Amino acid sequence: MMMSARLGGAILALLACWQAVVLLSGLPPYILPAPAAVGHVLMTRADIILGHAAITAAEILAGLLLGTLLGAAAALAIDHARLARTWLLPLVIASQAIPVFALAPILVLWFGYGLASKVAMAALIIFFPVTVAFLDGLRRTDTGWLDLARTMAPAGRRGRFAILLRIRIPAALPAFGSGLRVAAAVAPIGAVIGEWVGSSAGLGHLMLHANGRMQIDLMFAALSVLAALALTLYFAIDALLRRLMPWAPERFLDQSEEET
Amino acid sequence: MNVFDGPLGRPTPASGLTVRGLTLRFRAEILFQDLSFDLPPGRFTCLLGPSGVGKTSLLRALAGLMPVRDAEIRCDDTGSPAGRIAWMDQRDQLLPWLNARDNVTLGSRLRGEPADGERARMLLAEVGLAGQAETQPAALSGGMRQRVALARTLYEDRPIVLLDEPFAAVDAPTRHRLQRLAARLLAGRTVLLVTHDPLEALILGHEVHVLSGRPARIAATLRPDGLPPRSAASPALAAMQAELLDRLANADSEGLP
Repeated sequence: MMMSARLGGAILALLACWQAVVLLSGLPPYILPAPAAVGHVLMTRADIILGHAAITAAEILAGLLLGTLLGAAAALAIDHARLARTWLLPLVIASQAIPVFALAPILVLWFGYGLASKVAMAALIIFFPVTVAFLDGLRRTDTGWLDLARTMAPAGRRGRFAILLRIRIPAALPAFGSGLRVAAAVAPIGAVIGEWVGSSAGLGHLMLHANGRMQIDLMFAALSVLAALALTLYFAIDALLRRLMPWAPERFLDQSEEET
Repeated sequence: MNVFDGPLGRPTPASGLTVRGLTLRFRAEILFQDLSFDLPPGRFTCLLGPSGVGKTSLLRALAGLMPVRDAEIRCDDTGSPAGRIAWMDQRDQLLPWLNARDNVTLGSRLRGEPADGERARMLLAEVGLAGQAETQPAALSGGMRQRVALARTLYEDRPIVLLDEPFAAVDAPTRHRLQRLAARLLAGRTVLLVTHDPLEALILGHEVHVLSGRPARIAATLRPDGLPPRSAASPALAAMQAELLDRLANADSEGLP
């Protein structure tokens, strides 16, 4: 509750600053439109903006789902097999050396102008933080828990699988959760880059076209919807993770509240 | 069910454990060289030694958590100790995502058996946590958590129980209560308790082995009068405790005045 109150306050303060800059600097509306003008566009052209927002949201969610599944699978594979560790891990790290921007045209070429290329882009950008966070969690299981489990579980492959399922994966979930939070924060970047490079719909597409036609107020309106979308996604994921893992110590957004 | 005499499942008869020629290394250091001892069936045996002597490593080796070379570790009845040893640590090792009852039945789920919730409930009642079966570990005090861990150890229903300073992390009155509880609930099983607390060893042990030196060996074996759990108030126990403290202090005093 405190969190959302503070967020609301911050947004109001930001709007006030924005209005003050507009009034004091006297910048023309095609450089910096006033908040009221953007709000007006937001109301009058809501149907267009929301239509594009729905597409971007679908891209982000599908990318988040795909990237998370692939990231979790890669982490499990790397953890499980020496072959995967020696071949997949370097590949995962190398994949981060290539800027996603540079890949965008190729992905559009391969997957077309529709949803698929944006989903691939978002999934690609999410894959790394999810893999690394989950793998880290899997590797750092409390040794005391493992010792205890080994005295209880059957020997061999069956026991190792039971320990993975009952101890190591649940123990790694908080780390997986932090990876997922990062993923939720960066997923919109992937989708919007994909839309910029080649698309026929989505908020990124709308912004690009509004910019070309000097409809700066529409561009700002689309941007604010995109920001709202990204924030909603982040806080929804955060709330979901807390609900699912009440034992997890992950509280970094509330920490200042508890400490001060 | 005819092997068990009651809902808590006490295995009869208890099995002893024989250890011969155990050598253990930790990095370059030899902790134990050719160590041999017996755990008599159905008795509490205490290994008493200063911190850092290698007690925890010894228990881990017996529990099969550490590779052991050339040593003979044998159950008197079936031979191999695999699957016959329960292990309880100084830390409660409760999983924070499971409630007390599910922590108690963890072993069942790791073995792919159906969890016996009814027996877990009875064991929790036995350790005085009847109403806490659904409680998450985070909501329990240190002593309560250690009692859940004791219930989990009992749920495993193994003839041999290894205890690694299980009461070291709780306050003195709680420790006193837990010692009595453990003596009562583990009676009839073959128990090895390692501890650095002479009083604990004297209260609980049918036999007390004192470890000292490097590599550590059994320097002395005491068999206090009477049956455990003994009262800490007895003068004989107080005298023995003073003697043991002296002995441990001397073993530990290299370099100290």
